[in-house]
Amino acid sequence: MLDDLDRRLLRYWQAEPSLSPGELAERCGITAGKAARRIGRMEEEGIVQGVGAVVNWAALGYAVEVSLRVTLDKTLGTAFDDFLAQAREVPEVIEVQTFLGRVDVRLSVIARDMGHYQQIYRSRILTLPHIADIEALMQVARIKGEEALPL
Amino acid sequence: MIELDDIDHQLIKALVRDARQSASALGKRFGLSQPATWRRIRRLEDAGIVMGKRLRLDAEKLGFGVTVFLGIKLARKGGVSLEDFERAVSAIPEVQTVEHVLGLYDYRLRVVARDLPDFERVLRRRIMTLPGAGEVEANVLLSEERLGGPLGL
Repeated sequence: MLDDLDRRLLRYWQAEPSLSPGELAERCGITAGKAARRIGRMEEEGIVQGVGAVVNWAALGYAVEVSLRVTLDKTLGTAFDDFLAQAREVPEVIEVQTFLGRVDVRLSVIARDMGHYQQIYRSRILTLPHIADIEALMQVARIKGEEALPL
Repeated sequence: MIELDDIDHQLIKALVRDARQSASALGKRFGLSQPATWRRIRRLEDAGIVMGKRLRLDAEKLGFGVTVFLGIKLARKGGVSLEDFERAVSAIPEVQTVEHVLGLYDYRLRVVARDLPDFERVLRRRIMTLPGAGEVEANVLLSEERLGGPLGL
């Protein structure tokens, strides 16, 4: 279980993922050794999975991001599996999520521009199996994006 | 937009997996000197391609068992300011992401909570009371996969 010090470490680390164990120790007012041991333990337990770079697809030339909300024809038992397996094969699909609610599956699709998006949508998305309904939300701006946990 | 070669793509991929690797360790992997690697990383950062780092945590192990995506429609009639709504919604700790979207909804939020009663509390006390919030649709996340995208990152 985590104690207050673990949470404090994670809070500082989450806010500034570039901090070294030494700098984190300083922020928390503990020794570098103690911080390293705590971090090591949380990594071993899988609580901390790592630090990864965040890629900006727009800067890589993919200016369009669309969220496709899909409802599947669930009369077929394999509808989810068939759909997911084929959706994963579309290179421009960067995220696949399944839901409990009005929407069954959501795909995040990126494209270079609207023309490119239209091409992907027609040739790769609409051809996916068992789609009953599909709705698109086009991203205008990301207002908050760091996905932090309220620790 | 800057030209990227194969090594740049490999570097981006390596940094996405683990951003704590040193320039010399990365350089060794790709047959580059430490300064050359460092220059390449700097260039990717300057171009805005690598936007910073994220600490990846296991939400479930930290007690956050529920993730819900909300579609929110603003109640147009009130003449609400988007800035007021965005500021208020971004300040809610349980709200992890806020996207302004075009379509059926105006905003898309990712919300974490300990469990469903905790989510209900966040929804009622913090989301429904936002300035200008209208219709809200909730979908509970069951599974999530992040894929490498067109560059296989």
